[in-house]
Amino acid sequence: MKFERYGIGIAKGLSVTIRHLLRRPITTQYPEQRLNPSRRTRGNELIWDKDKCTGCGTCAKACHIGAIHISTSTNQVDNKYEVQKYEVDTGYCIFCGLCVEACPFEALFLSYDYECARYRRNDLLHDKEKMVETPERKVSGYFYPKRAAKLPKQSLLVDNDRGKRHER
Amino acid sequence: METTKTKEIVINTEPFVVNFGPAHPSTHGVFRMRMTLDGEVIMDMEPVFGYLHRGLEKLAEERTYTSCIPLTDRLDYLAPMSNNLAYCLAVEKLAGIAVPERAEYIRVIIAELQRIASHLCAVGFFLNDCGAFMTPVLYMLRERERILDLFDMVCGQRLTYNYMRVGGVSQDIPEEFIPALKKFLKEMPGWLDEYERLLKDNEILLARAKGVGILPRDLAINIGASGPVLRASGVRWDIRRADPYSIYDRFEFDIPVGTAGDCYDRYRVRVEEMRQSLRILRQAIKDLPRGEVRSEVPHLIRPPIGEAYGHLEGPRGELGFYLVSDGSIAPYRFHVRAPTFINLTALADMMRGWKIADAILIFGSIDICMGEVDR
Ligand code: SF4
Ligand code: SF4
Repeated sequence: MKFERYGIGIAKGLSVTIRHLLRRPITTQYPEQRLNPSRRTRGNELIWDKDKCTGCGTCAKACHIGAIHISTSTNQVDNKYEVQKYEVDTGYCIFCGLCVEACPFEALFLSYDYECARYRRNDLLHDKEKMVETPERKVSGYFYPKRAAKLPKQSLLVDNDRGKRHER
Repeated sequence: METTKTKEIVINTEPFVVNFGPAHPSTHGVFRMRMTLDGEVIMDMEPVFGYLHRGLEKLAEERTYTSCIPLTDRLDYLAPMSNNLAYCLAVEKLAGIAVPERAEYIRVIIAELQRIASHLCAVGFFLNDCGAFMTPVLYMLRERERILDLFDMVCGQRLTYNYMRVGGVSQDIPEEFIPALKKFLKEMPGWLDEYERLLKDNEILLARAKGVGILPRDLAINIGASGPVLRASGVRWDIRRADPYSIYDRFEFDIPVGTAGDCYDRYRVRVEEMRQSLRILRQAIKDLPRGEVRSEVPHLIRPPIGEAYGHLEGPRGELGFYLVSDGSIAPYRFHVRAPTFINLTALADMMRGWKIADAILIFGSIDICMGEVDR
């Protein structure tokens, strides 16, 4: 290839990289600084409401992985199902949220928490006691806009004006 | 007097075979190129696929129509929203399901954002393959991050979205989405201009990419190439115009085409397409209607017996899903027309006669995603 004057294009490119050198970085130092995740975060756990669940099993049918195990018995006195076992293997779950969408009684949620690494595989199996909502295990607003409104606002990179020069 | 005969030295080198990959950093996944080389020149190349085969098509045939959607996320993991949409279009065609107006607009907005995100990756990694090591790709990943933030906002995840549903989208966009998108649209042209300053006239890039890996127009049509690879060869073919799906017939946009069909043109076509996508986005948010985002669809969809092919212009080319229904709750046959798989068949013709160093460049310029090629 022939060029009229060599180096002009390269110099132009270098001016861009030098300008970047003078901008402030947009990265955050993760464990110390944290950004707010989305209000609809599909966090790495499922949260289950013991009182609302009727044991209908729709969630287990909606799950294509087969990560939800549920067994019920009939209560002859009140004539209703009682949930004996409700278990989610979060090691198999891919957090697609299809079970949350399918639940007709608003009893199943995804969690807002994303730091769920465990040392043992057994700890990934969540049973009835482990799946309740606690102040530490917040419910995410996925599929429940009312709950989403209560969560902190997501931090967005477009709102971050450090290192920005390009408004038009 | 005796004449001294000058002895001609002819070097006859044996052609030899080099296995390029499967675990090579430049092959963007696990892909093997079996190259026959003469010295440094490529005489022939044979692509070997299948290292990432997960049997997704077969897996999908024993799932309900709704629960196939998370599987489609895992095909082309750089553009899952387009996969979601293509699959949903196919099911809607099969079962005759209508989509509400607002959902159509949201789908267009999301699909065009996905095109920009995917092209940023494609262009960035192409330049990485050129030898502009990491600087451009990190700039572009930074802009892609802004789009991923928006996707995170609507569906709660950054990579496997699972957002589109048969008959609409899973949830309405939150109210903070449109202001954030407007901000993004305001600053993105500036970022694109900056990349142009960084790279467009760079002599090294021009010398390496111009005229390299030419795919002639006729060959591109004959092998069935699509997407930027086809358009760079000068064919004005875009499914959004040729067979408008969704509501693409309502928007104004141009189809950028190349002239030479070389690596540089493929890069230019992608950059121009990003600008056109921004244009579509601006029009779409202007007349985004209110209303429902999901039509009433039973949880277990039972389409009538028949077959349907739904396709769209994905970031990498014509992405199609072919579904056959036997009237049950799961597809009888589920086939994916993966654009990069078909574009890859042109690779041998593009590479023949070029040096090994250009092979990486040519390979990078067709922008493949192995998750989709092998399925
Ligand atoms: S989130 Fe998806 S994979 Fe996990 S339990 Fe629910 S349906 Fe199954
Ligand atoms: S679908 Fe809801 S109510 Fe029914 S078993 Fe599951 S969690 Fe309980």
